[in-house]
Amino acid sequence: MAKVLMKGNEAVGKAAIEAGCRYFFGYPITPQSEVPEYLSSELPKVGGTFIQAESEVAAINMVYGAAAAGARVLTSSSSPGIALKQEGIGYISNAGLPAVIINMMRGGPGLGTIQPGQADYNMVVKGGANGDYHDVVLAPASVQEAVDMVMEAFDIADMYGTPVIVLADGLIGQMMEPVEFNYVRREGIPEKTWALTGKGDGEKHMIENLVIEPDDCEAWNHRNFDRYARIEANEQAWEEYKMDDAEYAFVSYGTASRVVRTAIGYLRNAGFKVGMIRPKTLWPFPQKAFDKWDAQIKKYLDVEMSMGQMVPDVAFACNDRTKVLFHGRTGGNVPTVDEIVEFGKEVMGGGK
Amino acid sequence: MVTDDKRVRIITGHYGSGKTEFAVNYVKTLREKAEGKVAIADLDIVNVYFRSREKKKELEEMGITVIASSLEGAGVDVPAVSGAMTTPVTNKEFQYVVDLGGNDVGTLVLGRMKPLLDPAETDFLMVVNTYRPNTSTPEGVIEQMENLEYAAGLKVTGFVNNTNLVRETTASCLSHGDAILKEVTKRTGVPVKYVSYVEELLTEDVPEGLSGELFPMKFHMRQAWM
Repeated sequence: MAKVLMKGNEAVGKAAIEAGCRYFFGYPITPQSEVPEYLSSELPKVGGTFIQAESEVAAINMVYGAAAAGARVLTSSSSPGIALKQEGIGYISNAGLPAVIINMMRGGPGLGTIQPGQADYNMVVKGGANGDYHDVVLAPASVQEAVDMVMEAFDIADMYGTPVIVLADGLIGQMMEPVEFNYVRREGIPEKTWALTGKGDGEKHMIENLVIEPDDCEAWNHRNFDRYARIEANEQAWEEYKMDDAEYAFVSYGTASRVVRTAIGYLRNAGFKVGMIRPKTLWPFPQKAFDKWDAQIKKYLDVEMSMGQMVPDVAFACNDRTKVLFHGRTGGNVPTVDEIVEFGKEVMGGGK
Repeated sequence: MVTDDKRVRIITGHYGSGKTEFAVNYVKTLREKAEGKVAIADLDIVNVYFRSREKKKELEEMGITVIASSLEGAGVDVPAVSGAMTTPVTNKEFQYVVDLGGNDVGTLVLGRMKPLLDPAETDFLMVVNTYRPNTSTPEGVIEQMENLEYAAGLKVTGFVNNTNLVRETTASCLSHGDAILKEVTKRTGVPVKYVSYVEELLTEDVPEGLSGELFPMKFHMRQAWM
């Protein structure tokens, strides 16, 4: 398929359709409103269903229902809207159902700002609902990668029976980039033999969610964590940028990593041996990348559009919190290339 | 030449066509070439990012009057426009560029200005990028044009061939857009007035035989890392 120029929010909508999603339930919020806008006109053309729910809470519970019926289903929102969906996400997760949730983050906390942010890391990566659980979290840094990750999210969700959150920000949602759509379904995705499609003359199906006896509930949790262990083993993804001879490594994801990439060009020209580990999955966090490179890295430079929510994960991954330094902007502001270069020089000093 | 266009230039187009980048480049060129007062109005009530009002300070320092929302601040998500938008229409000392929001929805805001507009001194320019899905064929361009004309109550007086793939733009992109727009011109009689492209992106020569005046641009709305 030839490249077209699309806004991130439209492109993720099209990506979902290409991946076979025919159901979207959501509610508008800046800066992701073009996702429902696009799908409201495009889903009916392919026999799909778009519903603007009465609220985010209603939308996520419609997602729960459609997922239980075996559908590929999507919802999207931005930070405060995702906060509202947390209870439903926790229920879908506990039921072991596949669903895809897009979060085009904006500044926070509370109602926050409409400009881009990355301060939902804790809510999304650590789990904003109650109980012991994880959602898979994918973090795209371009419109093309957002497209690819939305497609992959449906496969991962179906493969493991879990919600997958595509965690981007308003900038990825609002910017235009050339994209192409080449969906190739993963091998080995199990049939949804459990789906609630009406018993008829067939077997009884049931989606369980309430396990009321403590021993049973504990066993249930252990079964979930067996699944998480498989995801951690199989699904960690990251990009290594100029790491081969690096003595220092930026750690950054999404939009912030784009600014870092440009800054690395300047720092390399000034003689600094610096690269970047860019997590593409935030849960599972790419521990393997740190295991691979840690021996040669003196310091990690964590750059985020938050007050440093990823820092503990980087410190855990390298097993040395004294090696991790942070620079961030928040509230809807994006760091500039100049300030990242300055931060780099400050940390690396004479360590050229 | 931008100075040959009519006194009030309204820039419209499908969203994502590159209206704002064109409008900002256009008004700067106009400021360099035209005598007297020059104003730009950002009437984008559709987008909340990448609006020309973000360049307010830079443009004002060049001596361009910038009219945006009556509510200050990049974070305001309210479709409010300034009452001052009509001043450069009625005050004929102004050369005026109007940057509309995308699609027919963005065009509705012109209603406030419409009773004051004299068609004889108004150009309604439609920016087209044929790599945008809804304007990728002559039929698509004509459909969008008719929607915009219906919403604005104005006839499109010229196209801007702004066909690009951002940082993957090549000279052949301009030819791609040109072929589609030539067909549109044949069917509608509306000419291509400009071929716009960001100079730093084009490593080859601009192809010969393109309809419209070449209009090289600089990036104003995109950072180096975008």
